[in-house]
Amino acid sequence: MLDLGIIRSVFPDLLGGVVLSIKLSLLILLFGLLLALPVAFARNATSPALSRASKLYILFFRGVPAIIQVFLVYYGLGQFPAVRSSILWPVLRDPFWCLIIALSLNGSAYTGELLAGAMRAVPRGLVEAARALGLSRARTLQTVVVPLAVRAALPAYSNEVILTVKATSLASTITLLDVTGAARLAASQTYAPYEVFIAAGIIYFVLTYSLSYGLRQLENALAVEGQH
Amino acid sequence: MTLLASGYGLQLLWGALVTVSLTLCALAIGTVLGIAGASAKLSRHRALRAVGGCYTAVVRGIPDLIIIYILYFGGTIALTKLAGRYVEVSEFAAGATALGFVFGAYASEIFRGAIGKVPKGQHEAGHVLGLSTVAAFLLIILPQAWRLALPAFGNQSLILLKQTSLVSVIGLEELARAASVVSGATREPFTVFAGAAAIYLVLTATGTLLLHHAEARSARKYAGGA
Repeated sequence: MLDLGIIRSVFPDLLGGVVLSIKLSLLILLFGLLLALPVAFARNATSPALSRASKLYILFFRGVPAIIQVFLVYYGLGQFPAVRSSILWPVLRDPFWCLIIALSLNGSAYTGELLAGAMRAVPRGLVEAARALGLSRARTLQTVVVPLAVRAALPAYSNEVILTVKATSLASTITLLDVTGAARLAASQTYAPYEVFIAAGIIYFVLTYSLSYGLRQLENALAVEGQH
Repeated sequence: MTLLASGYGLQLLWGALVTVSLTLCALAIGTVLGIAGASAKLSRHRALRAVGGCYTAVVRGIPDLIIIYILYFGGTIALTKLAGRYVEVSEFAAGATALGFVFGAYASEIFRGAIGKVPKGQHEAGHVLGLSTVAAFLLIILPQAWRLALPAFGNQSLILLKQTSLVSVIGLEELARAASVVSGATREPFTVFAGAAAIYLVLTATGTLLLHHAEARSARKYAGGA
């Protein structure tokens, strides 16, 4: 049966991984969001070339498993001598940055599609009203479209955030010692893999559960009274 | 490109075949679990509703990778206990069960939502017609709920297809694992993983087409009414 003693004793080994998992999640979310903005604007652009390019970008990153994207960056790029001799090589051979690059690109496709949809959902009349009031295009975007789109996108984005935290477990496949990586190591040392991975599961659950609680509070704080 | 035309290409295609079978097995397991989960969530008994709620909460909060590991190692321990000697659970069975378990949690939410959207009058009509609760559910509610659930269900199936790549971590030679093996042998990792990515794109695109087809069919059947 399940050995609770082992589960308890393995927590300290995994806690080092928690710091890395959180660091990875934060950086991926930050870069993913920054990249998602151009993806979303391009997706809604009137220029067919731009919107087609954005669609292809989204299609590729959403159609291929994230683990393959991680492997393409971490193992794949080194195939090219030009990459190996470039000044970027110290970054591109570091599994930490490889995971961040791959998952940020991946996340930007999901978030970009989400934001694009939310921006399209902003009523045209509001945009026209803002323009009629003499607001510039940029100002309209900044004061009308983006705030409304962010509020509309937030519930789905919260989901995205949780999925991103869970996706950082892929770090363990490229030698990083995040929670999953630390669990793999502890599993091979203790010969009690079952208990170790249950302990890791508990850690992830606590992380994601508190995160989704916080995000719900944020949604409530941003919700306009009278709506929903 | 010549690389993929050689025996290595075949190895990738074989991996793709394993990926597809793994997806279908997990889909079958997950659909059953999804129906069971939705029934639990819609149950009159508070305990069953709590179990259904916990099921989804646990799966939402834990990475699929961890669930695969737990079922793989836990399955071996359980089988060993049952058989009285060391039995290793197969990677395929552990993977299909783990991904089916995950799929079922999301599917139970999808089914519950869809069943809730079927108008209450439909239940009542079933009763008036003299159908038992079970018969009314199977004959009246389920067919309508299925149509409502199809888009989200299909979407989740495509996610499942991609998540099968995670079973590579326990050594099952599906497409992602096959690509790792081939890239190690050929020393051309980018070419090989790009090839694997292309195969995945073909698979997800095919899945999307099938899904659109199924949605169009189910819409046509109800075009007159509903």
